[in-house]
Amino acid sequence: MSNQESANSETAKPEAADSDNRAPVLSVRRLSTCFRTDRGEVTAVDDVSFELSAGETLGIVGESGCGKSVTSKSIMRLLPKRNSFLKPQSEIMFDGQDLAKLSDREMRAIRGNRIAMIFQEPMTSLNPVFTVGWQLDEALKYHTKLNRTERWDRVIEMLDTVELPNPHRRALEYPHQLSGGMRQRVMIAMALCCDPEVLIADEPTTALDVTIQSQILRLMDNLKKKLNTAIILITHDLGVIAQSADRVLVMYAGRVVEMGSVHDIFHNPKHPYTEALLKSIPKAGPKNHGQKLPTIDGIVPSLYDLPIGCRFYDRCDHRQDLCMGTEPKLEQHVNDRTVRCHYPVGGEDS
Amino acid sequence: MALVEVNNLVKHFPVKGGLLNTTIAKVHAVNDVSLQIHQGEVLGIVGESGCGKSTLGRLITRLYPPTSGQIIYDGNDLTYRSYGEMREFRKRIQIIFQDPSSSLNPRMTVGTMLKEVVKFHKVVPPNEVNSYIDAMIDKVGLPSDAREKYPHEFSGGQKQRIGIARALAVQPDFIVADEPISALDVSIQAQILNLLMDIKKEFGLTIMFISHDLKVVSHFCDRLIVMYLGKVVEEMRCDDIHAEALHPYTKALLGANPVDDPDKRKELTILEGEVPSPYNPPPGCPFVTRCPIVEEQCHQSMPPLEYKDVDNQQQVACFKVERALNQKSE
Repeated sequence: MSNQESANSETAKPEAADSDNRAPVLSVRRLSTCFRTDRGEVTAVDDVSFELSAGETLGIVGESGCGKSVTSKSIMRLLPKRNSFLKPQSEIMFDGQDLAKLSDREMRAIRGNRIAMIFQEPMTSLNPVFTVGWQLDEALKYHTKLNRTERWDRVIEMLDTVELPNPHRRALEYPHQLSGGMRQRVMIAMALCCDPEVLIADEPTTALDVTIQSQILRLMDNLKKKLNTAIILITHDLGVIAQSADRVLVMYAGRVVEMGSVHDIFHNPKHPYTEALLKSIPKAGPKNHGQKLPTIDGIVPSLYDLPIGCRFYDRCDHRQDLCMGTEPKLEQHVNDRTVRCHYPVGGEDS
Repeated sequence: MALVEVNNLVKHFPVKGGLLNTTIAKVHAVNDVSLQIHQGEVLGIVGESGCGKSTLGRLITRLYPPTSGQIIYDGNDLTYRSYGEMREFRKRIQIIFQDPSSSLNPRMTVGTMLKEVVKFHKVVPPNEVNSYIDAMIDKVGLPSDAREKYPHEFSGGQKQRIGIARALAVQPDFIVADEPISALDVSIQAQILNLLMDIKKEFGLTIMFISHDLKVVSHFCDRLIVMYLGKVVEEMRCDDIHAEALHPYTKALLGANPVDDPDKRKELTILEGEVPSPYNPPPGCPFVTRCPIVEEQCHQSMPPLEYKDVDNQQQVACFKVERALNQKSE
């Protein structure tokens, strides 16, 4: 009975919720983030809920503007108060506390310490006027009680963990002296130096070449296994998701449209958007060569002018009259799937 | 005969510095590249950032003057033509850039932008310019009111369509597409790729498609050239690159690309070592620092790019691969 009840009350629950290491470390409930702009108020993230367990990678996919980065920044409370706010019902539960309600000071003790973040642009997220070692040391200075030499040992150890060659020399260098891949590894070292329970990686490999990307992905995978860190991996690259994620959350125009295990999402997509997205990736191989790609016509609706019904209505191949007037609810299917669609595609649930 | 022929093309960029701001080093961006592009073909150029693929595109369109070498377009030597002498060829050779936002003039409406190129190159008689532009806008799939709008009023994919319309408006026979879809979302990438396929067929274009994405290249292109640190390391047909790739770098690129299927997860290929500095490329093969099958000879001299399979037009620059192939044929 309790199982069913919890499945109904919470939108996403990891499969084996009973075992102790699968208890959620982070649970986001009804997160809605709004921005005040010159053209009025927009809700960039609308009623997003998910849970994240230790040692799990949750992939968040979506096109630009779908709210995936805003979701991560809302969790980290990194959005400017001047023009943005969380709607009151939003809850970000972490270790018994609601991050949405913490003061800035309380949040500072958690941010970078227990929840850390890697950004897309390793170039702009490092400070150009301090050495790499100094910047890593700063995080330790704030969050740990280690003394200077212990901290420096930790800095070198972390740079070594992320497989930066010559950590002793590199720690004394400035960001511009490092290549893009090395900078991203420094960012990861910085994010991990306090052994965070949750790591949010916002497009960590988008700016990097594939050969560097494979290094970073392997590194994140190893760290997850070693430290049992929970990872939120935000990307628009479905290949990266297929490679590294355990569960996937698909977002469209600020809404969660589908969530499920990575196998279900790739092999049995239920939302027409997920299905179309998967079909539009070019596939290597002789039989596909030169064939036209299936596309999703049209563009994402503007957040200022959202349709009353389903937000994917304009571009959907399976739309029907009901979709125009009523927005579908996020519905629970078997196998821990949730789909926001009146007419889900694909085969029956197995 | 090849439409575009490039022989031993070299481009060095000077690095200024020091007390008197003299040239203290040279970046070897493109280093002895030879290639041919045949009429009606799509040639893909693949490589990581800094390998010289964009520089090569800009050299062929003569947006950069080459340091040495030769560029022959349809029998005409373009290598040292002056600005004025290049004019007649600008109409025949066009380029589409990666970033559609920065390659469009923010102060010009789409109509003005297209009118400028059409008038300059006298593509159609003056009284037909307007209807011609409308037809172009329609051809690339932009709404008909796009003429009066400014670039900022369009989305990324639409801006790229404007860039394509601008290139197409002069009725070129050869287009260099420099990462035209890298800055776009997945669903928009497919739209633009389909558009490029359509216009290629309709106008009988020859395209040089520069990209870092092997998946896209193998889908769209007929032939492919893999570059590493300014050099061509492999040239091959695109029918089945996974089966036919020979050079260790091409194989590593393929191995590092994740498969779009969670059930086929594989150990991604990891290349150890760093890319050598382009200021001072090593005398031998540029890939020595990261190559899994490196041997003594590779440090000494650059392996020549030679035909391994004449029918298949596959060329590889690798000593070890060459030896393995020779053994097999004996």
